[in-house]
Order: sequence, then structure tokens, then C-alpha cells
Amino acid sequence: MTTARPTIPIRAEGAKVPTFDYFTTKKDELVGWARKFSIFPYPFVTACCGMEFMSVSSTIYDTDRFGAALPRFTPRQSDLLMVVGTITHKQAPVLRRIYEQMCEPKWVLAFGVCATSGGFYNNYAVLQGIDKIVPVDVYVPGCPPRPEMVIDGIMQLQDKIAGQHHVILKGEF
Amino acid sequence: MDAPLVERIGSSLGVEVGVSHGMPVVQIAPGQLLDAVRVLREQFGFDMLLDVTAVDWLGQEPRFEVVWHFFSAGTQARVRVKVRVPESEPVVASLTSLYGSAAFMERECHEMYGVRFAGNADLRPILLYEGFVGHPLRKDYPKEREQPLIPYRDA
Repeated sequence: MTTARPTIPIRAEGAKVPTFDYFTTKKDELVGWARKFSIFPYPFVTACCGMEFMSVSSTIYDTDRFGAALPRFTPRQSDLLMVVGTITHKQAPVLRRIYEQMCEPKWVLAFGVCATSGGFYNNYAVLQGIDKIVPVDVYVPGCPPRPEMVIDGIMQLQDKIAGQHHVILKGEF
Repeated sequence: MDAPLVERIGSSLGVEVGVSHGMPVVQIAPGQLLDAVRVLREQFGFDMLLDVTAVDWLGQEPRFEVVWHFFSAGTQARVRVKVRVPESEPVVASLTSLYGSAAFMERECHEMYGVRFAGNADLRPILLYEGFVGHPLRKDYPKEREQPLIPYRDA
């Protein structure tokens, strides 16, 4: 036995029911709403946090629910740089170049305590937090962070994107 | 740990062989290194070089102790060889002529401790980067010294 699903008539010419003809909003809110659900992450995975990244991005936790699942393996097609793991001084120029290759708009998420602050590595080799070389939007500490923490970080980033001023064209728009 | 192996190594090399954690430990002079390792390899079947590392005994003289670990795939035996070298001339012979795997491990030991391996033609940095000043695993290397390759952004 099947029942017909109710549908929302977007464009119902001659229909008797109230229709969803237009709505008003602000440009920044509209673009922010669109962008916050279409985050394309670039996973810069260097260390053990990568296991937690796999967990959070696949079934059960599933960042696809937030529109942030499909990893792009070139920085030129991505807009979220997820730095997952320890960054050494030897790797720092590579990370900086990856960041510079990303097109605007772009955001950076420091995944794990090593990317956030160097973690318990305070020695000759390890960069003491990626914010020394690239600007960071969201820090997710933890060694490794629980998937819930990462999801919370992504949701905070979504809030940040939703509240941002989005420059689409130079000039008035 | 079978005692005969310790005694046989000792009598072949003409040195006293100690035992640490069940492993024979041979302390020899820098000049005897190549000959001693050749004996270990050819008479005792230590056909695998497991590790080359060093210990920095800051304040003692000679300061550095270079350590090799060998393994015999035939008898499953292990042996440790130690050589003390002074800070003024931290040079030991390279084992690349006997063990090919020594090349990379000697590079790492060289950059971390500043021990030179005479006979290893390629002692470029392997884990560190070109331009790194100092030897980070020496005890007098400042713990929090940073040598970044790119300038930090203005926070």
C-alpha cells in the first residue's frame, strides 16, 4: 500500500494552495548558508590523528551530514584545510605552500593538539602550533580528539562561515 | 644466554665481554672496530646490523659512546659493540664496507650526535634538513631551540 508524499509546490501556476514564491534575506546570510553546507576539506594528514580523521569522516560519525565529507586531494579545489597531526619544521614550508595554493574563500582547522600547539612535542623538530605559519579558524585539541569534538569544531566553523561577510564580486555585491 | 658464546667472542677478540640484559657487550678501542666486527661477522655469523646509535655522556671523557647492535639470523644471537670517542675528534670507522644498511643509520647518527664515520661517503642529513646548525640529541643542545625554515607570521 502506497501513500502519495506531500510535496511543496515551488512554482504552482494556477494552484489554489499558498505557494513558496519568494522570500527575503540578506546576501551574506544566503551565501553563508550555502557555503557552510558545502565545505570541501583538504586533509593534510601527517600523524596518528589520521586514524581519528578516518573515523570521523566515515560511517557512524560521518562528516557528510554537515556537507564536509568529500575530501579533495588538491588544495586548489578545497576550501577547508584540515591539518591533522604533528607538523615539523621540515614540513612547515610544504604546509605553507598548500595553504597558499587554496583559493578564497578558505578556512583552516587545526585537528589535534599537535597541530594546535605542538602538543607534548617541545623539541628541535616540531613546530609549536600551525598558527605560527598559517591563520587558523578553529582549534580542536585532544590527543587524538574524539569524533564528537571534531564534529563540534566543524559546527563552530559552520557558525563562523554563516556569520561572515562573503565577498563574491569586487564592488557592491 | 649461553655462556660459551660470551667466552668464545671474548677469546676471539681478546677483550673482556660483559653481559647486559642477557646480551653480550663488547667494549673495544676505536682502532680495532673494523677488525673486530669482521670477526663477528665471519666467525660468529652476525650477518645483520640492527642499529647504529650513540650515547652522549656529557661531562665524562671520552664523551661519546657509539653503539652497534648485531643479530645473527642463523643462531638468533645478538651482540652489542661499544666504542668511546672524544669530543675533540668524534670519528669512528664506517661499517659500510661490511654492512650496506650501515649507510643510512650512520647518516642519522652523524646528524644527531655529530659523530663522523670515516669511510661513509654520504653523510648528508637524512632526517634533519640542510642548514640545521648543531646536533639535537647532544645533551648540551638547547631543548627549546627552534630552527624554522620559513619565517613565522606576525601574530
